[in-house]
Amino acid sequence: MTMTPDQARSLVSKQIRFIVPDADLDGLPPDADLRRTLELDSLDFLEFVERLSKDAGVRIDEDDYPSLATMESCQAFLAARTAASD
Amino acid sequence: MSDFTMPSLGADMDSGTIVEWLVKPGDHVQRGAPMAVVDTDKAAVEIETFQSGVVGDLLVEPGQRVDVGTPLATMLAAGEAPSAAPVSVGKAKRPRARRVPPPREAAAPVPPAVPREAEVAAAAPPAPSPPLRHHAAELGVDLASVTGTGTHGRITRRDVDAAAHRPRVSPYARRLAEELGVDLAAVTGTGTSGTVRAEDVRAAAHARPEVPPVSTEAPRSDRATIAALMSRSKREIPHYYVATTVDMHTVVSWLRDTNRDRSVAERIVPAAALLRAVALAARRMPQLNGFWVDGVFVPGEDVHVGVAISVRRGALVAPALRHAADLELPVLMQALRDLVGRARSGRLTRAELADPTLTVTDLGDQGVEEVFGVIQPPQVALVGIGRLVERPWAVDGLLGVRPLVRLSLSGDHRATDGYTGARFLATIDDLLQHPEAL
Repeated sequence: MTMTPDQARSLVSKQIRFIVPDADLDGLPPDADLRRTLELDSLDFLEFVERLSKDAGVRIDEDDYPSLATMESCQAFLAARTAASD
Repeated sequence: MSDFTMPSLGADMDSGTIVEWLVKPGDHVQRGAPMAVVDTDKAAVEIETFQSGVVGDLLVEPGQRVDVGTPLATMLAAGEAPSAAPVSVGKAKRPRARRVPPPREAAAPVPPAVPREAEVAAAAPPAPSPPLRHHAAELGVDLASVTGTGTHGRITRRDVDAAAHRPRVSPYARRLAEELGVDLAAVTGTGTSGTVRAEDVRAAAHARPEVPPVSTEAPRSDRATIAALMSRSKREIPHYYVATTVDMHTVVSWLRDTNRDRSVAERIVPAAALLRAVALAARRMPQLNGFWVDGVFVPGEDVHVGVAISVRRGALVAPALRHAADLELPVLMQALRDLVGRARSGRLTRAELADPTLTVTDLGDQGVEEVFGVIQPPQVALVGIGRLVERPWAVDGLLGVRPLVRLSLSGDHRATDGYTGARFLATIDDLLQHPEAL
């Protein structure tokens, strides 16, 4: 089933809070670069992708990483990927 | 009989605080067994024994800070009779906490709180020391109501603190809190008699606090440690610096291809390939891999690459990726993830903190293109890695856009010359052009 923007946002937020427990996600603009804003290094980002992929049940390739740059783009990516698997 | 003493866990360490004992009097221990957890200002570290035998008396209580070299416990050779106090029957039995980071979401059963009272010796424990009585009085704690967890049921400073204001916390919840960076003091326990359980910690981790908890204590001592070490480095080490630009096209393309067949958890990041190349180069050029001690260079026994890791809350540690030159790239990648995870949860081993033979600082993820680091004494070299950037680059007479990285080497001029440093960087470059051999 296609994931709604709200579902996607809460899923993404959950994974980020595992990595950055005190992250201020409510004050985060939808187009802010997640890696830069939250100071995620490449290992943090890999963990984020790993958790997101598992939780959302979608495959995420390295080529998809640019689609995970911001909250907004994550929402679009998850909507498209979950719609594709219907 | 011999003494188990406070080890030096790095050139900059003068003293350490026993956080907890992992053994009790009468335990048989093998060489290499973890004995206690020590806080060194930089991280909590397990310290091991270099001698097999039987643990005699524990001489230092948790919470006490002692100088390097101070006897912490007596050790008896196997078969040797204890010389002094007989082993108490009533020592607090505490489950040996395993230090392997648990899967974060594992629904591990919460062990019931151990009823210590039942295990305390019938014989009266030693009377608390005057400073401890003073401490208890200050906190308004009635010592008669405190259960001692020290040697022979002795009441420790930590027991008093716990009785004063520490919430009861299940061991699993404590580990989880450490991993998630949750301040236990701010968590409301929902278990029996207010015990903080894992669910409470998770709930606290998810509820974003209005004001992020600021630890005023840890960063200060971390800063002091770093300040002392860096001052010493710049005072004693005549640094030289060399740098080069490496074309990462081959290795990045190779990683992209090979990562397609890997699950997310097995994917390899370019930083791991760079570390692998540094480790292999260090093995080829041992004059940069080791220590400057008393006016001479002492080569490292193996290549243990220190990895500078920023631990959240502003601290910095550089534990070793041990035997890094022997780790195939996929293995090194997992070892790196494990090391970073444990560094951030404060669970590094003594060896990891004590023996890096060469350190790498990778500030690429922080956006800078180049970094010239300060050598960690007594090491003689430090490799700086910048950000992977796409830039115009001439290849075979044609201009193309390539992923590039700036590599630098800070060298100790007493041990090597810029010529050696330059060859070292060229070796790393060469290795990165043949990623399939990494």
